[in-house]
Amino acid sequence: MQAISAPAALKTKLAVDHVSMVFDRDGKRTEVLSNIDLEVGDGEFVCLLGPSGCGKTTLLNAMAGFLSPTTGEIRVDGEMVRKPDPRRIFVFQERGVFPWLTVEGNIGFGLTKLTRAERDRRIAHYVKMVGLQGFEKTYPQELSGGMKQRAEVARALAVNPDMLLLDEPFGALDSITRLIMRGELLRIWEAERKTIIFVTHDIDEAVQLADRVVVMSARPATIQRIVNIDIPHPRDISSPRYLELRDGIFQQIGLAHKL
Amino acid sequence: MNALSQPARWERFFWPILATALLLALWYYSVRWTGTKVFPSPLEVERGLAELVRHHVLWWDILDSLRRVAIGFGAAVLIGVPLGLTLGWYPAANQVVNPVMQILRPISPIAWIPVAIIFFGVGDDAAIFLIFLGAFFPIVVACINGVANVSSVYRRAGRNFGLTPPQLLARVLFPAALPQILVGLRIALGIAWLVVVAAEMIAVDSGLGFLVIDSRNSGKRYDLVVAAILMIGVIGLILDVAFRRLEKLRSVRWGFRLES
Repeated sequence: MQAISAPAALKTKLAVDHVSMVFDRDGKRTEVLSNIDLEVGDGEFVCLLGPSGCGKTTLLNAMAGFLSPTTGEIRVDGEMVRKPDPRRIFVFQERGVFPWLTVEGNIGFGLTKLTRAERDRRIAHYVKMVGLQGFEKTYPQELSGGMKQRAEVARALAVNPDMLLLDEPFGALDSITRLIMRGELLRIWEAERKTIIFVTHDIDEAVQLADRVVVMSARPATIQRIVNIDIPHPRDISSPRYLELRDGIFQQIGLAHKL
Repeated sequence: MNALSQPARWERFFWPILATALLLALWYYSVRWTGTKVFPSPLEVERGLAELVRHHVLWWDILDSLRRVAIGFGAAVLIGVPLGLTLGWYPAANQVVNPVMQILRPISPIAWIPVAIIFFGVGDDAAIFLIFLGAFFPIVVACINGVANVSSVYRRAGRNFGLTPPQLLARVLFPAALPQILVGLRIALGIAWLVVVAAEMIAVDSGLGFLVIDSRNSGKRYDLVVAAILMIGVIGLILDVAFRRLEKLRSVRWGFRLES
């Protein structure tokens, strides 16, 4: 098969080892994930790409520790994932910001163990990083979709996790905001070097962002192919190499001639 | 101005005042035309109200009613909210308690009057117990549903940040459920105000409910009966309006559909 393992230069951060997931609902067995093997290197940006409902979100939930695999295991830094942990923060597809807290309150949500001064310093730092200065005291209800998503990313970054697990974070945004947010995410990733697992069904999004794109099949999800995106950032989305990689994935998913 | 735009400022006051005036006129002329000697006209009620104020009974009756509501409703909040949050948090416990609650819930607090009198005798405690009963169940049910309806995204986000179960309850489930809990509290307060009047007619000898029944029994003073009834309505409205102001607080406003 293809390169399941992390790039040789990087230390393995996350290992998914023969993971299968079967849901039993009303006596009906549904296999959602089938024998997934994947390694992600420290500081790597990996996109899980697949059609809607294929089980990529389920895999991400298992990586976060919200679900446990039916068989197989998931390890982070060699340690088995059993429950959620602030070292890997999940950023939700739906708006996950808490509507009863201000932007400041949201970003500081995971920082209760710090002293007041340290907490304020961290909040200010991440408010600035995601460009929400002036909105510290604003409630999410009064923010645009893109701003809410920035606040959620800042809340995740503020606890200084090693990993971010993003579940179609920009899916509900308009296309211009989405492009801007991709750029911001890359800028933040380059500044902080977190390991990022990013779930999307958008092929362009995957090729623009990731070091590697994991192409998944329809349910039960298996890994069809892993594509190395060997284009340095910032990526020129009209370069021949970009188009070649993108079209390759289109073909892989079987869409190339149907469009 | 088209149909979708807001009514002008004067219209918002003009039409309700006009409707009230028409109602008063209808009342007045109905009394005149039927020539009733028992039912009072608005003017007689107004004089009755003035008499009550002059004799300083009205304020004490209002204060007594409000005091009973405050104690009964307050106790229902203090016991009902933690209980409801706990039951919402542990669905298994809720399953155990739910059948009993569903049987007790639709019983009018009025039906408990004889029981209340056996337990507490005729007096304040019986009235307060009835108010407590009336307010308790809507509060518990609102808290259970409020917690049960909290989006799983918020629960998972809370757990992701390493919250312990009590922290999750205090920092995620409670604030997330608060808008729904406030609605339950408002309903419960309305019920408490209904119940206090009924309880005062039977169990005690002060308060607005007592004023209604006493005015009738001691000399058939229907002008005072209607005056007391109007006071009950006005104070009930004030309580509701005051409570609704809580829904405007910024940390819960997200949970209410924005008006205008």
